[in-house]
Amino acid sequence: MRALVWHGKEDIRCETVPDPKIEEPRDAIVKVTSCAICGSDLHLYDHFMIGMKKGDVMGHEFMGEVVDVGPGVNGRLKVGERVVVPFTIICGECEQCRRGNFSLCERSNRNKEKADTVFGHTTAGLFGYTHLTGGYSGGQAEYVRVPFADTTHIKVPESLSDEQVLFLGDIFPTGWQAAAQAEIEPTDTVAVWGCGPVGQFTIRSAMMQGARQVVAIDRVPERLTMAEAAGATTINFDSESVVERLNDLTDGKGPEKCIDAVGMESHVTSTVDGIYDRVKQALMLETDRPHVLREMIYVCRPGGTLSIPGVYGGLIDKVPFGAAMNKGLTFRMGQTHVNRWTDDLTRRIEQGEIDPSFVITHQCGLDDGPEMYKTFRDKEDGCIKVVLRP
Amino acid sequence: MRYKTNLSQRGQADTATYRFAQGLGIFSIVLGLFEVVCGRWLGRLLGLEDKEYIVRLYGGREILTGVAILAAKDPTPWVWGRVAGDALDIGTLACGYARDRDNIGSKVTALAAVTGATAADVYCAAKLSGESRLPLPPVKDYSNRSGFPNGMPRAKTGTAFVSEVVVETV
Repeated sequence: MRALVWHGKEDIRCETVPDPKIEEPRDAIVKVTSCAICGSDLHLYDHFMIGMKKGDVMGHEFMGEVVDVGPGVNGRLKVGERVVVPFTIICGECEQCRRGNFSLCERSNRNKEKADTVFGHTTAGLFGYTHLTGGYSGGQAEYVRVPFADTTHIKVPESLSDEQVLFLGDIFPTGWQAAAQAEIEPTDTVAVWGCGPVGQFTIRSAMMQGARQVVAIDRVPERLTMAEAAGATTINFDSESVVERLNDLTDGKGPEKCIDAVGMESHVTSTVDGIYDRVKQALMLETDRPHVLREMIYVCRPGGTLSIPGVYGGLIDKVPFGAAMNKGLTFRMGQTHVNRWTDDLTRRIEQGEIDPSFVITHQCGLDDGPEMYKTFRDKEDGCIKVVLRP
Repeated sequence: MRYKTNLSQRGQADTATYRFAQGLGIFSIVLGLFEVVCGRWLGRLLGLEDKEYIVRLYGGREILTGVAILAAKDPTPWVWGRVAGDALDIGTLACGYARDRDNIGSKVTALAAVTGATAADVYCAAKLSGESRLPLPPVKDYSNRSGFPNGMPRAKTGTAFVSEVVVETV
C-alpha cells in the first residue's frame, strides 16, 4: 500500500510499505477514505518531538471503511461499517478509560516502559506519533491497523460526508475539550491564542458553550478572517500589543479564560523572551518555546483559567509561575479524551449546529502529501487545513 | 514584519531566505558567546595574545548583531551588518598572521571559516535585498466560513455533554 513515511526533519515521502495485518484479536483493518494533516504532525515534520524512527507511517486523523476484524472484536464492529478513528487508542476497560480519561488509557501504549521513564506514568497509545506513545503506524495511508478496534472507533451516520465527520477524530473534540476545560460562563471573555485548525474549533466551541466574547489571536490574515467569520474579535500580534488590546477589551481586567492553541512552536516574535527561547532551542537547552504560556499567565484575570490544548513536548524555561500562583490561576491541559465528546458532537453536526468542513482549505491525493506538509507548515496559499484522499 | 505595507497586512511567510537569516542570527549569538567566554584561548590561538579584549569585543558585536537580526521586522540591514563584521574579522586575522607565523594551521582554518561565513552572509543579504517589498499574493477570503450553517444563536447551547460510553464520572 502507499503511505506517507517519516524519514527525518522535513523529509516525508509517499512510499510503498507492507499492508497492515490483524495482529491481535481486538484489531481491525480500516481502508482509509480521508485523512488530514494535523498541526501536531508539524512537530514531527520539524523534528521537535523525540521518538520517531525512519520508516514510521504518519497520520493520526483519519476515517474509512472496516475491511477486516479480529476474532476479539465480538461484533462491536463489522466489516463494511464506516468509522472515524480517534487519534487516541483506547482499551475501554482500564480505570482511566472507565472514567472517560481516554487519552490516559493505561493499556494501549505498547511502549509503556519508555513512557513511564519519560513521563513518570504512561499515557495512551497514539497513531503515527512517536515510539513514546506506542509507535503505531498512522493513517496517512491506504490502510491502517486499528488496535483495540472494538472501542477505538466512532461510528458515523451515512447521511454525513467525510468532510463533515473526519475531524471528530481529533481537532473538533480537541477544540471542544479546550473550551469545556475552561468551564466557560456566560459573562466570560475567552482569549484564544492561535487560529490554526484547533484554534478555529476552539473559537467556535467557546461560542457554542456560551462565552460572552471570544478574542482570537494570530498573525496570518486568512486565519484571522476565518475567526472573524465565526464572530470572534481578532488581534494581529504583528501589528498590535496582545496584552494592551486584551486589557482594553476587558475594562483593564484581562480575560477570564485563556486558551493556548499554539503549543511548543510559538512564532519567534521580536520580544526578548521570543529571542531567548529561539537561542536556547538552538543550543539544545530548551525543547519548547512557551511564549504564549507566559503571555497567558501575565494577561489572564486573577482567578482565571488557562486551558492548553496546544502540544508541548519537553522542557520549558522562564515560565512566570510566581505570577500564576499569586493570581490563583487554574491550569487545565492534556491530550484529548476524544470519545468523551463525540456522541454530543456527532449529534450537533447532524442537527446542523456546526459544519466542521468550514476549515478545509486544501484537498489532494496522498502523492501530494509531502508537498502539502510544507505548504501547511509555511502557511502558504492560504492553507489552514489539508485533507488527503488515499 | 518584512512585508508590512499600508495595505492590509499579510503574515510573514516563513520563506527559506527569512529562515536562513534567522539561522545566521542564532549562529551569530552562539559564536559571540563563544568568543566572549573563550576570548583568551582564542586570542592565543590566533596570534592576538595581548589583545584578547578584541576577541571579546568582537564577540559582543556578534551577539548584538544576532539579536538585532532576530528582533528586527526586516533583518536585511543587520545581515549586511554581519558582512561588514566579517570584513573586520578577516582584517584582524590577517594582522594576527602578520604579527607572527606560529599556529599557522589554526590561523588558516580560522580564515577559511570566516570566509565561508562571509559567503553565507553575502548570499543571504543579497537575497533579502533582492526580495520584493510588496505584499505576498492576495490573501484568500474565508469571510464566509463561519462553520454555523444555521447561524451562531442556534448553536449556542452552553453545555458540553459527555458521551454515554463514560460509565464513571470524574
